[in-house]
Amino acid sequence: MSQMHQPTALSTCPSCEEPLESGDLFCGACGYDLSAVPPPPDDHPTIVMNGAPGTAPSGGVAWPAAAEADSTATPAPVQVPGELPGLDSTGVPLSGHTAGGHRAAPPVPSAAPVAPVAPTGDFELPAPAPAVGAGAPPSVPHVTDHPSAEPPDLADPRTVAPPVPAGTKLCVACRAGHVDTDGYCENCGHAQPRERDHVEQELDAVAAVSDRGLRHHRNEDAFAVSSAALPDGSPAVIAIVCDGVSSATRPDEASAAASAAANEVLLAALPRGTHPQQAMHEAIVAAAEAVNVLAGPPGQSGDQEPAHRAQNAPACTIVGAVVVSGLLVIGWVGDSRAYWVPDDRTGSPARLTEDDSWAAQMVAAGLMNEAEAYADERAHAITGWLGADAYELEPHTASFKPDRPGVVVVCTDGLWNYAESPQEMARVLPPDAAGRPLRAAQVLVGHALDGGGHDNVTVALLPFAVPRHGAGSDRA
Amino acid sequence: MANFSKSTVPQFSVEVYQNEYLPEGGREVNAIVTVTSTGGGTTGRRSLTGAPAATALPGQGPNAAVVIMVDCSGSMDYPPTKMRNARDATSAAIDTLRDGVAFAVVAGTHVAKEVYPGNGALAVADAATRAEAKNALRRLSAGGGTAIGTWLGLADRLLASADVSIRHGILLTDGRNEHETPEDLKAALDACAGRFTCDARGVGTDWVVKEVTGIASAMLGTADIVADPAGLAADFTEMMENAMGKEVADVALRLWTPVGVEIKFVKQVAPTVEELTERRTQANTRAGDYPTGSWGDESRDYHVCVQVPEAGVGQEMLAARVSLILPAADGTSQVLSQGLVRAVWTDDMVASTSINPQVAHYTGQAELAQVIQQGLEARKSGDFDGATAKLGRAVQLAADSGNADTAKLLSKVVDVVDAATGTVRLKAKVADADEMTLETRSTKTVRVKK
Repeated sequence: MSQMHQPTALSTCPSCEEPLESGDLFCGACGYDLSAVPPPPDDHPTIVMNGAPGTAPSGGVAWPAAAEADSTATPAPVQVPGELPGLDSTGVPLSGHTAGGHRAAPPVPSAAPVAPVAPTGDFELPAPAPAVGAGAPPSVPHVTDHPSAEPPDLADPRTVAPPVPAGTKLCVACRAGHVDTDGYCENCGHAQPRERDHVEQELDAVAAVSDRGLRHHRNEDAFAVSSAALPDGSPAVIAIVCDGVSSATRPDEASAAASAAANEVLLAALPRGTHPQQAMHEAIVAAAEAVNVLAGPPGQSGDQEPAHRAQNAPACTIVGAVVVSGLLVIGWVGDSRAYWVPDDRTGSPARLTEDDSWAAQMVAAGLMNEAEAYADERAHAITGWLGADAYELEPHTASFKPDRPGVVVVCTDGLWNYAESPQEMARVLPPDAAGRPLRAAQVLVGHALDGGGHDNVTVALLPFAVPRHGAGSDRA
Repeated sequence: MANFSKSTVPQFSVEVYQNEYLPEGGREVNAIVTVTSTGGGTTGRRSLTGAPAATALPGQGPNAAVVIMVDCSGSMDYPPTKMRNARDATSAAIDTLRDGVAFAVVAGTHVAKEVYPGNGALAVADAATRAEAKNALRRLSAGGGTAIGTWLGLADRLLASADVSIRHGILLTDGRNEHETPEDLKAALDACAGRFTCDARGVGTDWVVKEVTGIASAMLGTADIVADPAGLAADFTEMMENAMGKEVADVALRLWTPVGVEIKFVKQVAPTVEELTERRTQANTRAGDYPTGSWGDESRDYHVCVQVPEAGVGQEMLAARVSLILPAADGTSQVLSQGLVRAVWTDDMVASTSINPQVAHYTGQAELAQVIQQGLEARKSGDFDGATAKLGRAVQLAADSGNADTAKLLSKVVDVVDAATGTVRLKAKVADADEMTLETRSTKTVRVKK
């Protein structure tokens, strides 16, 4: 989470190729910020427990009983990514899901097609895909062979950290002044990198990276990643990503509060046996409340904010993903997205969320085609968000039951603006993303920065593996 | 907030109003800094924090000294009511003195004479000394010239004899400072500036506005006209009450700026416009101090404008740090409060093009003061077109900003055809008192309409 500084591994600036000297915090030629960068990935990348062979809990992963009898009696609708349309939390199909455009339904997987389970139907898991079931190693290159010899072109441009002598607080901009208690250089006045400017976190089965980008002065995105145990002891992995609405006041606080609140609710609900989809719904509601609370009484805030945003209550978007054995649950409000990218890239990637945005609404209403809608300057105006001035909170949740291993990309528009279609996202996601999620998340952030970094960039990656011994096969 | 060991020091707070967002290539940063001090003496001798102010402690005198300078030149007898009213006003001011305040009365002509107590020192106010002082005022008589520099010099010597932190003068004149050169007066002001503060009043209409406002400005006090001598007593009482309310002296506004940042101007903009840019004294390599005089319970606004080096979109820097500094006897200084002026470059045009309402308001108020002075100047020199244009603009600005007092004063000098467009006609006949009142009070501002 905190920034770590390690000796530089590269000899040139990742931005302009200017040779670097060890100790450089900024590139001398282009000023590239080399300071708040993560160390190169660990030499022993963690192999996700549900994505690698032989790591599944012995005895197989049984779907918890909670699935059939969750706290609200909402059955868990499940689908394969190939039939992407999710269901919202009331079981109603999401709008705009007629096949068409670039989101045409991918071909039905050959190995183990899984039919969507009817809401009232039995909750059966499909037979595992033969390859996985047989324990064949998934394609995870660069696992242990030459971890330190990472090709530079794959690197997040900022993965180079020069050493910083402990205890000194020298300005990263002018290198002449010391940093004052209020965070500015006593010599040149420049703001110092803040902790949130670049944040990384990696757990066993999830990794996330958030970056300020190149055009915004602060990072208004936030994320939370965690893992919990279901009542039966099987793991659940959680990732929440929020994007503060810049036109509102204190968007950075909104995103931080929302991601923390949603994560907390999921961490509490999942071990109790709440169905993940219901838990996700509750998490989004709790996140909305956490953001609402930030809007103090009128006139209390905003003196330091420009007038045009002072009257707007804090607001943010949210997208969350929960991976439990064999099931993927997505929830969102706003235009932050989740994508599915199968490990075997011959399968079709897919977008799992439907933006609450002007463009998406226009397309859904049939008033414009996607190209026209996204070309409009209003395209990115969001129509749903968390915050006190939201019209009505409509948390969208959806469950998927992928039949093959893959990676869930949970991200803000700071990333998907540079890889909008699932195909583009799949192209920029490194092939070994499942095995090295942090590394892959860094690469995705680097892709957005290379594209201009016009917005804050945040991405969380959750490798998904089909359980080796699912409940379905147990019952079969 | 700092923890003040001395209860006499009011709590200072600094608020910064600015639009910190600059477009790509933007370099000018404007901010209004509102400084508010509370817990001083004007709240019934009790500090707002609950601790009794030092002035209220028995056995310990107030930490203040005041010298009243009364013009006794020959012209004060024309009409004779002027001298009588000056005497009555001084008497009323003496009545307002708090027990324990050190004070003296000086009669000013082409030389300065001590009227009371008269031994080269100050008296300490109590019932007896107040009665003696008022008795001594009977000796005041008109006769002689006017050399204000000598009055200030004597006041300075008297005030320096007291071991107090608040030193204040009240100066009354009715005529031109014609028995010394302007250079003499300037030298006296330079010598006294920073040693005590002084309010200046012109009585009647035979005095020179620039002289009186110049004295008040240099001495960090107020200037005003008392056109009718009958109003003197009330005015003196008010001035003395204000002086009694001061709890801390020699407060400086310190402006720290990083390398490469250029200060374009620093001015007080409320309650009056007061240019401070040239009055900077270097505090250290990166910071300079601007004098603000003494403070009671009050709030003042300052407009700070700096030019920052160019930086790319997404960058943020501290453009200036504004603090209130109280120098201590041992040469160190205490930071009373501080605020930050920031610069953030953005490609969000909505953010970078919006103008902070406070900045816009005070930019208008400063222009208002300037066009009134220019307009009256043009009128005096016979440039009636220029005067009409300037005063028309003044009417427009005053109406726009809700500065009703100034609008009223303007309406005595020009006939307003349409305030919104600033269409005015110069009045053919304007009373001297009205013109002088407008000129003297041209720098008074109002705060932003909420």
